[in-house]
Amino acid sequence: MTVKDIFQTMDYGTAPESAADALAWLVDQGDRFGHFIGGAFTAPGHGFDSRNPATDEVLATLTQATQGDVDDAVAAARRAQPRWEKLGGHGRARHLYALARLVQKHARLFAVLETLDNGKPIREARDIDIPLVQRHFYFHAGLAQLMDSEMPDRQALGVCGQIIPWNFPLLMLAWKVAPALAAGNTVVLKPAEQTSLTALLFADICRQAGLPRGVVNIVTGDGAVGEMIVTHPGIDKIAFTGSTEVGRRIRQATAGSGKALTLELGGKSPYIVFDDADMDSAIEGLVDAIWFNQGQVCCAGSRLLVQEGVADRFHTRLRARMDKLRIGNPLDKSIDIGAMVSPEQLARVRALVDGCEGGLVHRSNATLPDSGCFYPPTLITGLATASPLMQEEIFGPVLVSTTFRTPSEAVELANNTRYGLAASLWSENVNLALDVAPKLAAGVIWVNGTNMFDAAAPFGGMRESGFGREGGWEGLSAYTRARGKPKALARITPFEGKAGDTGPEGIDRTPKLYVGGKQARPDGGYSRTIHGKSGRALGQVPVAGRKDIRNAVEAARGAAGWSATTGHLRAQILYYIAENLSARAPEFAATLDAMQGGKGGKAEVEASIRRLFTYAAWADKYDGRVKGVPLRGVAMAMPAPLGVIAAICPDDAPLLGLVSLMGPAIAMGNRAVLVASEAFPLAATDFYQILDTSDVPGGVVNILTGSHADLAPTLAAHMDVDAVWCFSSTPLSGQIEAASASNLKRTWVNDATARDWLDTKSEGTEFLEQATEIKTIWVPYGE
Amino acid sequence: MQQTPNPTRNRQLPQTLPASEPRNPGMELDMDWVRAAQANRSAIERRAASLGTRRSVKKDHQAAWLLKAITCIDLTTLAGDDTEGRVRRLCAKARQPVRPDLLAALGMPGITVGAVCVYHEMVPAAVQALAGSGIPVAAVSTGFPAGLSPFHLRLAEIGESVTAGAQEIDIVISRRHVLTGNWQALYDEMRQMRAACGDAHVKAILATGELGSLRNVARASLVCMMAGADFIKTSTGKEVVNATLPVSLVMIRAIRDYHERTGIRIGYKPAGGISKAKDALVYLSLMKEELGTRWMQPDLFRFGASSLLGDIERQLEHHVTGAYSAAWRHPLA
Repeated sequence: MTVKDIFQTMDYGTAPESAADALAWLVDQGDRFGHFIGGAFTAPGHGFDSRNPATDEVLATLTQATQGDVDDAVAAARRAQPRWEKLGGHGRARHLYALARLVQKHARLFAVLETLDNGKPIREARDIDIPLVQRHFYFHAGLAQLMDSEMPDRQALGVCGQIIPWNFPLLMLAWKVAPALAAGNTVVLKPAEQTSLTALLFADICRQAGLPRGVVNIVTGDGAVGEMIVTHPGIDKIAFTGSTEVGRRIRQATAGSGKALTLELGGKSPYIVFDDADMDSAIEGLVDAIWFNQGQVCCAGSRLLVQEGVADRFHTRLRARMDKLRIGNPLDKSIDIGAMVSPEQLARVRALVDGCEGGLVHRSNATLPDSGCFYPPTLITGLATASPLMQEEIFGPVLVSTTFRTPSEAVELANNTRYGLAASLWSENVNLALDVAPKLAAGVIWVNGTNMFDAAAPFGGMRESGFGREGGWEGLSAYTRARGKPKALARITPFEGKAGDTGPEGIDRTPKLYVGGKQARPDGGYSRTIHGKSGRALGQVPVAGRKDIRNAVEAARGAAGWSATTGHLRAQILYYIAENLSARAPEFAATLDAMQGGKGGKAEVEASIRRLFTYAAWADKYDGRVKGVPLRGVAMAMPAPLGVIAAICPDDAPLLGLVSLMGPAIAMGNRAVLVASEAFPLAATDFYQILDTSDVPGGVVNILTGSHADLAPTLAAHMDVDAVWCFSSTPLSGQIEAASASNLKRTWVNDATARDWLDTKSEGTEFLEQATEIKTIWVPYGE
Repeated sequence: MQQTPNPTRNRQLPQTLPASEPRNPGMELDMDWVRAAQANRSAIERRAASLGTRRSVKKDHQAAWLLKAITCIDLTTLAGDDTEGRVRRLCAKARQPVRPDLLAALGMPGITVGAVCVYHEMVPAAVQALAGSGIPVAAVSTGFPAGLSPFHLRLAEIGESVTAGAQEIDIVISRRHVLTGNWQALYDEMRQMRAACGDAHVKAILATGELGSLRNVARASLVCMMAGADFIKTSTGKEVVNATLPVSLVMIRAIRDYHERTGIRIGYKPAGGISKAKDALVYLSLMKEELGTRWMQPDLFRFGASSLLGDIERQLEHHVTGAYSAAWRHPLA
């Protein structure tokens, strides 16, 4: 084409970024890679090809890690960890700063290599992925620097096993490695087998940065290697980003191992457009939502909800916008959509769309390259919520759409999903936007924007999108634990009755279950006698079963109004509970002493009253944070209640233990289903009378008595329970963690370690963190 | 350098394009439409910021695009010290905006700018200097730049410029009508100005730097198009803030909206502050992305610029020779 021809057509032409330097780096490494263990690359072994999905060319040969390789990597990390942690915050900050600088210096090399390996457009690798990687290391250099002074009670977990996906290879590495290192952990990281090259370049950078040997170890290979990491006994924490299916398996595999776990999984994030939105901007937002990274984004706005009155016009304009997207060679600087990561992924997306029944499918009319893993931007309108494509994650450039009538219907539709990762909403009405945002069941909510990320802003999901946050102080906290060495918890068994005992004197009392604000007989119709230390019968408590759990959870779910109350109101009620408990202190002390023996009852009641005061105090003071993100606007990290928390209370400290769990749960706006101390339940059954007289709305606190071992599996598997806590002396931690995989609810278990409930360490922020989840709400502004 | 007229050469003048675009007849003021217009500044700025990074035009394509940009320039002088001599020099540059050897090397002889833009008093000199070139003269009018002289004089000024030979009239709107939400007054004013222009095309200067918000820019754009503007233009070049990409995005989205509902294509003219060849490429790709290739022609797109041409000339010489150029190698405008 001559200049004159182009003058007529006004085409863009091509603007390819050179791959020469990246290819030269691969050649320098011999086009074959081993693992990076203990600060050096191992000799390349038996392995597999890493291909460019846009051209199907082999870029390099990678090594499939063996159990021996993983053992070596874990051992290297273990050796390096104590010294790395002892370097102190400033020492670690220097290293993280060096990593940030080196990534910056080699920014283009990383970007081009990422595009070659993953197929994403060079614009995205260059302008989004790599700058965010740098930002992450800078930010965490800062967190390392401040950790000693700001988190004096926390220490590193030890060795972290990290498994990352192929959609943002280097960025996910940064999200995992930076906080782990900042907190003093060492890591064994496995990149996705499709996209390991930038991780290996990063290993090279670690060498250049003089990072101590063994602090970062990288092993390559497929899911089998991931499994070796997940089940490795020498690892203290698993951090995983990937599919919900694999996340569920990891939850099961790590159950009872004592490993800390964070999961960042799939999503089907709603993208809500109200009729007063800036329509063109909302359409452009969709380009960044679902046609970013070929739609292979866990938090992609993939479920479009448009207000009915503007839906037709919106869809028409959206189709016109789609037709303008340019799809092709990812190295071309003028390309919007690159290649999907692999032929398998392409085939999966194609099959999902081809199998779609109903709905109107529009594929962008942009020309597709003749070969390579390319799929056109696609919009499917007119789908109903029942359609599988409205529910299932597609993980490709495919947007599904439906309409709504009112803001409350928008919220209902948005939350009608197993997932809860992200959500976007568009409206020019500040009242509407700020009302709807916190109602969305998602860890990240963007108002008039989408896919905004920053190292300072916590990112992560709820429901089957996983748990744990990455970014900010919250993300750092997930790589730490309380200082000190935990003691083992002894099994506490109920006292046996003495033969011939006649039971308590006086008029018979019948403790019941407390469900929905009412006393309830157990569905099974059985009771159990409780004996004191002397063997004297003290009373009989109901034996709760499955149906009682069902009823209690239903009651708790129904008490949703509690979560919408103000902290001030919840504080008043907690104070009132304390007041009423105080009025009956001697009686409770006597019951505690009678059940447990000894004279500790009085102190336990006093401590319970103090603890109720503590949570009354916190109810309106556990503030969120406004994050320092680079944006004209605010990113608010707000602690939101989880919903329904089921807590199996400690057997020791039968009153204080229950209060210590109920307090943070209801102070933060959760509803609680509490299973009382199995050995000493009578304080709990008296306690519901206190709740009854303290204006606690029905269903907010529900109390069951019975066998922990019998009740725990049902609670842990219950789909409508948002979190399970367990401090029972019965060893149930593994069982609970395994069963929680059903809906990937959060768990907090004691792993058979003891806790001194009288100590003030058994109250405060650790408990409040467990009782809340961070919702990060991004609100860019400007008129 | 005096140009030798050559009637057989393939001219690239705006008026030689197929006259397929009907003129905007205007329509009744539709307040529902105007009030529904929204403009989210943060989102618009994000889109504007990524325009220059989403598209890259290189090599021959870049040369062709820069030549296209030249044909879309309203080569402008709007200074208190303008003289007829100064305007004649500008007009000569308009006829021959790039050195002939460079145009020959590019295989694109005969490129001219889109128009010459002057104050009313300079119109006769410009018309005379451009005689036979086919390059139209645009006159800024209606009490430019503030637009606060008596309304009947503003209308009369349009008539005078048309009589003097101006084929395009760049009017300024009354910003106060926008700032007070008096859309009817804005509509009526624009209607009468359009009528006063007769066959001359009218560009409505919104002075976006003085409208307070992007939402106002969107609404003022719609009202002016409803009242019959052929072009909407950002600025006089005299405001503190002139053409910006976010403002451009709002205005061309209004143009797209108007076309979607009426089928009429309105032209767009960013003015003031566009001085680099790279900026011109971004503006052209903005037009292509948001409106389509049809809007990259001088009958629908103009740059109001005085120093942009110099930078484009340097880039073109670089393209031809491979060596970076210097300003003094190109004839002054």
